[in-house]
Amino acid sequence: MRSPAGPEGELGKIVGIAEKLYRDTALGSVREWKGRTGSLAVGFMPVYIPRELLHAQGVLPVGIMGGGDNLEIIRGDAYYQSYICHIPRSTLEMGLDGSLDVLDGMIFPATCDVIRNLSGMWKLQFPHKLSFYLDVPQDFDRGIGGEFYGRALMDLSRALTARGARPYEAASLRKSIALYNANRMQVESLFDLRRREPWKVPTSELYLLLRAGQVLCVEDFTKLLADYGEALEADTTRRMMDQARVVVTGSFCEQPPLGLIRTLERSGCYIVDDDFVQVHRWIRGPIRETADPLDALVEAFLDQGVDSPIRFIAGGEKGSELVRRVRCAGAEGVVFCAASFCDPALLDQPMAIKVLEKAGVPYTAFKFAENNGQFQVIREQTGTFADSIKLWSDEGNRHADAH
Amino acid sequence: MPTPIDPKAPAVSAVCKEDSQLRQKRMIAEHYHRLAGCPGSGEKNAYTFVPGNLTELLRSFDLLPVLPEINALQSAMRGKSREYIAVAEKLGHSEDVCTYVKCDLGMMKSGNVGPTGERLPDPDLLLLSYTGCFTFMKWFEILKEEYSCPVAMLHVPYQADGVVTEEMRRYVVAQLKEKIIPALESVSGRRYDEDRLREMLALSARAEDDLVAVLESAKHRPSPIDAYFGGVYYIGPIFTAFRGTPEAVDYYRTLREEVEERKRLNLGPVTPDGAVDRERFRLVVEGPPNWTSFREFWKMFADEGAVVVASTYTKVGGVYDTGFRHDPSRPLETLADYCMGCYTNLSLPSRVDMLSRYVKDYDADGLLVNSIKSCNSFSAGQLMILREVEKRTGRPGGFIESDLVDPRYFSAANIKNRLESYFQMIEQKRMHAVH
Repeated sequence: MRSPAGPEGELGKIVGIAEKLYRDTALGSVREWKGRTGSLAVGFMPVYIPRELLHAQGVLPVGIMGGGDNLEIIRGDAYYQSYICHIPRSTLEMGLDGSLDVLDGMIFPATCDVIRNLSGMWKLQFPHKLSFYLDVPQDFDRGIGGEFYGRALMDLSRALTARGARPYEAASLRKSIALYNANRMQVESLFDLRRREPWKVPTSELYLLLRAGQVLCVEDFTKLLADYGEALEADTTRRMMDQARVVVTGSFCEQPPLGLIRTLERSGCYIVDDDFVQVHRWIRGPIRETADPLDALVEAFLDQGVDSPIRFIAGGEKGSELVRRVRCAGAEGVVFCAASFCDPALLDQPMAIKVLEKAGVPYTAFKFAENNGQFQVIREQTGTFADSIKLWSDEGNRHADAH
Repeated sequence: MPTPIDPKAPAVSAVCKEDSQLRQKRMIAEHYHRLAGCPGSGEKNAYTFVPGNLTELLRSFDLLPVLPEINALQSAMRGKSREYIAVAEKLGHSEDVCTYVKCDLGMMKSGNVGPTGERLPDPDLLLLSYTGCFTFMKWFEILKEEYSCPVAMLHVPYQADGVVTEEMRRYVVAQLKEKIIPALESVSGRRYDEDRLREMLALSARAEDDLVAVLESAKHRPSPIDAYFGGVYYIGPIFTAFRGTPEAVDYYRTLREEVEERKRLNLGPVTPDGAVDRERFRLVVEGPPNWTSFREFWKMFADEGAVVVASTYTKVGGVYDTGFRHDPSRPLETLADYCMGCYTNLSLPSRVDMLSRYVKDYDADGLLVNSIKSCNSFSAGQLMILREVEKRTGRPGGFIESDLVDPRYFSAANIKNRLESYFQMIEQKRMHAVH
């Protein structure tokens, strides 16, 4: 329970703002931004998108992550069989009920077969809006995949301009890259703090902030993160509890409901790393600011992209990156939390499990849909998992890696 | 005015095997036998996929293609897929994911015995030709961990706007030149021989001409072929290991002659239970067939005199009826175009256009979708496709659900009920048209 005054009150206020944005599937803040700026707003599906490019052309990139548990699906279900994941049906529902009318278009990155086909459905259903499929290379050589991605970015840029966005200018893109780099630093500093002192940065709060960043312009989002960071520093009330430190993985596209994240925490887990709202972290570290900015975007995609089930990993062992993340976060276990019917996440899982077993990292796994409302079973499962870590892990090693 | 049909009249007559069927059976068996002999003969192979496969290129290096999808469907037809899927699920693979993948893994873990009862060779190369389906990428990531062999990856851009652009072509050709061909050279120990590839591409084009003639024969009334169930057999050689070979040219010439003769005699298609003598319904079908109960599934149609006159499944390994032919004068570019042109690499609007055109061109009674649980590439969006095609053609759509190779998702009673309802709907539409 938050106290009404003091630092916790300030934190509560900031988190409250973020939660309001998260729950507003009608995108009121985007409407307000458009009214204020007279510019375009374009939605994008998870996972990766060159937000810098949109920003440089005066376009607000708006992350669309389905309807979560806030939305009653009436029409969307009529478009999808029961064995298709949930995010496309709630996204379509929002399109059909007018929630996304404020958007001038949608971008569908090459994530999986479902999102790919959704791009065509969008074309058919909303013929007057921009529907852009962003094909990204799975070849990561500069002269091959890099060339292809560079052209794809220019195609996107032209498509935005044709809809009324400012034409591409290198100088603007350079500025936008700098702004997003600053934003990435803020995000990373919160992730760092959570790794060190997870009781100070509950994942349910961090998640809401990241979701708020899906609908805010980058300048406002960076400020929100900074305000949150300051409020955290001033806070003296949050105390460490004896919780198990876990990495949650598999939710890079469809997102678990907020209640599920809270349930994981209440069941005795500190989430010290995750892949929620991955667009904020799909590029490792800053993008170069000195080079030709378009080249810099391409280079970042090729060389700085995080391992993910939707990125082909030619060399090395699948799952070793997860082990590295576990070590780096000082985690004691892994929770596989994939959306039902998510082929990329679920096909990755057995490979990752094999590597975890080899490394002696305990894990547990379950599936969710973004509109799940019952968490008792998950709470029991992860609670038992956390207890088993606390009871059976070598106590001497339990917190050693974290510091 | 349509002739009223007696619904009680039998639709199927006696069983007969045609020369092309026997010939194909022999070709496929010989291929598997040759694969089984690889460890002894020293021949090398590459595991790859059907859509957008590079058979001519592989064969120009004397590499033999192995197609895990085909192995999976063959396992299903032999009644082995349930057991194989169980093996994969026991290893931790989710019940939610592609059953082709699980069936293939289960087969591999159970000794990798192919359809002829002989052990398939381990791959010398995993050629990940990434056309039309993201799951292929995951599939080979999994296999990569099982086999210690190189992986060559060809990423094929999606035709999101219904066109192949010069940039897309350049990207694929660059990968062929700089990644795929060097990998094939390294595995085979042979140099790339473009003249040899050209010869093979010319043979492909000849076979493709005859395949299109066979598929288009269904415009005739009655259709001499079933372009879905029968079509599966017709596409067998050209979509798998035989494109670019003289055997494929001979096979398709023979098949075409047989089909033209049936057309001349006004005969219906051949099924495993006999020929369909009374064509009562002409359908266009979208989606792959079910393989675990393939024959039972086909019989449900044949017994009702329902003939499939066009299908999209027969375009997964290439859409030739819009005019594409492998072009020996531009070998790598034509391979790129081929990869990008396969059916599941087309956007939803392109698929709607194609299906609407089929319904009209083949004068079908309507579109039937067989939605496959474990194939998002096909299935996500099919309900919208159905509605759009109904809207554009004014002909009714039907919808059934099954799976590729998981027998747990084939409910014969349910499918039969839905089919009967669909056929009744078509009948009623006809009655209204008559009166």
